[in-house]
Amino acid sequence: MSDKKWFSLNIGKEHKASSKCGCGNASGSCNSHDSGGNAGIGEERVKDGFEQVFEVKMDRRSAFRKLTASLMIGAGAVSTSCSMVAGDEAKEKAQIDWEEQFKGNYKLMTDDEKKATVDRLVRSYQLRTGKNIKMSSKDAQEGVLFGYAFNISKCQGYMDCVTACVKENNQDRNSQMEYIRIHEMKDGKGLDFGEADDNYYHEVPAEGHFYLGTQCFHCDNPPCVDVCPVQATWREDDGLVVVDYDWCVGCRYCMAACPYDGRRFNWSTPEVPEEEINKNQHYLGNRLRKKGVMEKCTFCVQRSRSGQNPACVEACPTGARIFGNLLDPNSTIRWVLENKKVFRLKEDLGTEPKFWYFMD
Amino acid sequence: MRRLKVFKSLVVDSMRVITHGSKNYHIWMGFLSFIMLIGMYCYSIQLDQGLSVTGMTDRVSWGLYISNFTFLVGVAAAAVMLVMPTYVLKDIDFKQAVLIGEGLAVAALIMCLAFVIADMGGPSVLWHMIPGIGVFNFPSSMLTWDVIVLNGYLFLNISIPFYILFRHYQGREAKHSVYLPGALISVFWAVGIHLVTAFLYQGLQARPFWNNALLGPRFLASAFAAGPALIILVLAIIRNSTAFKIEDKTIKKIAMVVTVAAQVNLIMLISELFKEFYAPTHHSESAYYLFFGLHGKSALIPWIWTAITLNVTATVILTFHKLRNNLRVLYFACVLLFIGIWIEKGFGLIVPGFIPGPYGKIAEYTPTLIEIGVTIGIWALGAFLFTILAKTAINIELGKLRYKGDN
Ligand code: SF4
Repeated sequence: MSDKKWFSLNIGKEHKASSKCGCGNASGSCNSHDSGGNAGIGEERVKDGFEQVFEVKMDRRSAFRKLTASLMIGAGAVSTSCSMVAGDEAKEKAQIDWEEQFKGNYKLMTDDEKKATVDRLVRSYQLRTGKNIKMSSKDAQEGVLFGYAFNISKCQGYMDCVTACVKENNQDRNSQMEYIRIHEMKDGKGLDFGEADDNYYHEVPAEGHFYLGTQCFHCDNPPCVDVCPVQATWREDDGLVVVDYDWCVGCRYCMAACPYDGRRFNWSTPEVPEEEINKNQHYLGNRLRKKGVMEKCTFCVQRSRSGQNPACVEACPTGARIFGNLLDPNSTIRWVLENKKVFRLKEDLGTEPKFWYFMD
Repeated sequence: MRRLKVFKSLVVDSMRVITHGSKNYHIWMGFLSFIMLIGMYCYSIQLDQGLSVTGMTDRVSWGLYISNFTFLVGVAAAAVMLVMPTYVLKDIDFKQAVLIGEGLAVAALIMCLAFVIADMGGPSVLWHMIPGIGVFNFPSSMLTWDVIVLNGYLFLNISIPFYILFRHYQGREAKHSVYLPGALISVFWAVGIHLVTAFLYQGLQARPFWNNALLGPRFLASAFAAGPALIILVLAIIRNSTAFKIEDKTIKKIAMVVTVAAQVNLIMLISELFKEFYAPTHHSESAYYLFFGLHGKSALIPWIWTAITLNVTATVILTFHKLRNNLRVLYFACVLLFIGIWIEKGFGLIVPGFIPGPYGKIAEYTPTLIEIGVTIGIWALGAFLFTILAKTAINIELGKLRYKGDN
């Protein structure tokens, strides 16, 4: 919150020992500077009391292994007695399912554990469909902080970004889940969201209108992260706000806390036709979800962490979308921030989005 | 060892008590079981297909379940209004009422937990929330605070009456020094559960309708009106259908509590309305939607105006001594107040928080039949539990249920 390194104005070299946090609240009531909240952000967070007490993480894990193992014996006994033909594959599947059910929070996993769960997921997909997927567990890179800028003058409302996003991120086709919303605004009304339509079905660009896209803004002080009771959602070191789909309990508190309509919930089992599944996946990104969990835009973590632009940026025919590393002084995004008159939505809430709007 | 034996005999005896009763009692319990079965059936559909069987969507992501949860926390907290005078101020009038009140609190809390679980997308991974084996995001998340205070309160409200009844069951007096500290703590705790639950909503800067400093105090006021109102009604029923003696004086004293709380609640309502409508800002849109509708969307208008009418009528009735002291009128007012606050603190509070959405989108919410089925199922569960608890407690208090000695 305090080191807004990418911001040309107050390039926050001084690391304010903040008595004041991003929410502009001087007293202790904003929750974002509890024990560890300030460092913040992401993995390096100081563990809170409970965690420290129970941070015998290995113990917990091994306790689970034991539990899992004993359950496995039971499950094995059941499965062998029920079906004579229960092959090795079925057993392996059962084993994977158990281990997946009782694994820990991805955020707290060691690298080995991360790899293990990714391997399990890949194998499980193989067992179920006979097809292979690629899944990465690549961590945030040093010296990278992702940011996004949106050119309101350029966007024509084609929604190619929306389509590309749905395809890239394996979103549920049934409920037509979309991370991006394009708001069609009336000229001469300013930025009046009340008058805007985010669900239009006509030819664009429509006369007398302009367009503005919203999605998860990857706030630097994300309210959704603070409220999650199980830390199933957090801010990574490169600024991405992600969800561990397997750890989320589906309480939807984060959804209520998000001021930007950035989160989507799987109200039923998401369905993606097999041939349309994007097999290039990331654990925190576009891997297949299940029902009853939260998901959201991750700036296409599977792409951005391997040096590509998110799908929406690539798909946009007008060049209205700009993405890049805020810490790289030569990046386009830095140029935009330094040379354009940029603004963000609902800045008064102190969420510090990393998503700027500008006009030509 | 002896305690264990007594406990065993208590369980056996109370099993006998709760499985025997008048014809009406059996009809009542049968009816509740039937509703619970319906609820379970509806919940099984929800488990199978996901929360898509409810009316909730990405735009309005909390609905009937969380509304009822919020309201019931209030009912649970209200037990304290009886605990305090009885245990701490030694006001004997409330003595009989308090066991009933605490039983009500236990039933309400179990319903709260049931509603939260019904609302979860992944009930099978709920263990992620258990400190120790899961990750408990304390103190950052208000939901973890709520888990702590609700379970703590549940513990207090089970252990205090249990101790007293356990002693009485053996024909002994309960020792003040044992249960008084617990009773004192529970007084503060009850305020805590309500404030923390209010903070759950109050702390969200994304939802201006909730993000308002009056929310917590108003929660308390309405809780201390609705909860004791329900206790009065329950006492009235118990008085008529069992030999348990509850004096008029007791009921009238509780009515006093209800009256003051209802008046304070109304004052706060006026203050809220003034703020929203005298100089309306962008943030008043939810209130506009709730009271007058926005852009032709008006689903909540009939509800909220019914609630306000009920609240005002009940408060006026209660305010006049003549009317309040007439028990029939009093019961009537309590029914009005209870329903009024249920609408206002449930539906009328949760749903408008989401409307209009963060970008002004107005998407309405109507609960589905399945959702309603689960909801009444959980209410039936609460009533069922309460009946069992109350029946056992009453029989012990009446001396019908006694430990037969060590033989
Ligand atoms: S829905 Fe999932 S991610 Fe969101 S607050 Fe609840 S547990 Fe956390």
